Amino acid sequence: MRSGIAARLASRSWRFLISVLTADTLLATPLSAAHRSRAARMTPFAGYDMPVSYTPGVLKEHLWTRAHAGLFDVSHMGPAFLSLTARSGDPAADHAAVSALIEPLICGDIASLAPGRLRYTLLLNAEGGIIDDLMVGRPADPDRQGELYLVVNAATKPGDFGLIAEAAGAKGRLTRADDGALIAVQGPEAAAVLEALVPGVSVLGFMTFVRFAFEGGTLLISRSGYTGEDGFEILCPASLAEGLWARLLADERAWPIGLGARDSLRLEAGLPLYGHDIDATTSPLEANLAFAVSKRRLKAGSLRGAARLAREAAEGPSRLRVGLSVEGAPAREGAEITGPNSARLGLVTSGGFSPTLGAPIAMGYAPPAFAAPDTDLRVTVRGRAQAARVVAMPFVPHRYHRPATKLET
Amino acid sequence: MRFTKDHEWVEMEGDIATVGITAYAAEQLGDVVFVELPAPGASLKAGAEMAVVESVKAASDVYAPLSGEVTLANADLSDNPQSVNDAPENGGWLVKIKIADPAEVEALMDRDAYEAHLRSL
Repeated sequence: MRSGIAARLASRSWRFLISVLTADTLLATPLSAAHRSRAARMTPFAGYDMPVSYTPGVLKEHLWTRAHAGLFDVSHMGPAFLSLTARSGDPAADHAAVSALIEPLICGDIASLAPGRLRYTLLLNAEGGIIDDLMVGRPADPDRQGELYLVVNAATKPGDFGLIAEAAGAKGRLTRADDGALIAVQGPEAAAVLEALVPGVSVLGFMTFVRFAFEGGTLLISRSGYTGEDGFEILCPASLAEGLWARLLADERAWPIGLGARDSLRLEAGLPLYGHDIDATTSPLEANLAFAVSKRRLKAGSLRGAARLAREAAEGPSRLRVGLSVEGAPAREGAEITGPNSARLGLVTSGGFSPTLGAPIAMGYAPPAFAAPDTDLRVTVRGRAQAARVVAMPFVPHRYHRPATKLET
Repeated sequence: MRFTKDHEWVEMEGDIATVGITAYAAEQLGDVVFVELPAPGASLKAGAEMAVVESVKAASDVYAPLSGEVTLANADLSDNPQSVNDAPENGGWLVKIKIADPAEVEALMDRDAYEAHLRSL
């Protein structure tokens, strides 16, 4: 949002004042005090007192994460466990049974998920629109089959948890785990930094998770993240959070990174932000998230919004999420995307300056005829049409930890 | 040097005012990645939008501290917007304005008054 400098600075102190006055309603994470002691710029976000940036600022924090390791407090998000109320003791049958509780709400295939693996999926409404995007994990431990690890978004968690608990009914129990800390360690040096404290984590494959003993407690660590870099997300009991955070920060390769750089990093990685790039009107195919739709379940017609999804799979959706390389001023959320003869095609849903590329980038929606890479479009910034070219996402290549697969000879 | 409550500074030389944003504003806004300036010849009214300074996350308007006509915009900022952070009160200047009303300059704060204003925030 645009405003004058004084208004922007005043709204920042005003937000701080609100955060102090409403301290009883604004939630602290187990790390809020640690952020304040490092002079982080704090802002209310999704009901939590969260760090936007630290002393180096968004640009330097962003570049540090791409070059070294960034630590993110993402405790505002919604980790939870869905478990069967009554297990049979047969691991395969119990996994099938707990998968059957959540699959009716989402478009992913959880039944086929291998032990220890994590999958990105989408909660859908009856019209095939996206209610939220989330991670669903199947524990590796044979004794924990019949349990799923879920991580949903901060702003949507009350609704999501209500839906999931209702769908599970008496057969399942949803246990929230958002009273602890969720800490992300991201960047090319993330594995080395975390391995020094938690030996063994660096052997985890991308999109897998394991429990580790740590200082008398348990850390649930997944190799995943929201930056496009290699990295981990750590679910940590509140009592261990400040100690873990401080020990991670004691490593000079690791800097604390605020939500500001988290947003610019995920934008470069081409990852959608719920409530901005995807919402209840957007279908998975429109959002270019077809990889998250189970072909088995689409074919079986067992997905919510099956009619729309099947039609879009056959005929193509009427709009697609595209990446844009923008010339001139950054095009931000809400900027109009236009085509030939200034015809309005859609809107920018996220946009800003890419610190890695040193140029503005954006994502938004356009009809399929204008969604192919190298299509020349325009975006309207402050009343002026600027050149914008469709580019493939991610804008900055992902560097996930994928061990080289053996070549078949 | 004179200052506004909107965190701009003005340095007068004859009837030409050099204008920029203060070190405080630059520090608070964070790294500047894009600056949009008015073209020479543009007519400015004190208090109206004059320029836009953008950080990674946000665009902020800069208001004209004085009425007049733009004589020069700092072309160096299109390649080096970071100058606004590195040298906000000299190399990171935004525009030069041929002022219309010297009385407007007298109404601006001096450095002591601006610093007192900052302490009140």
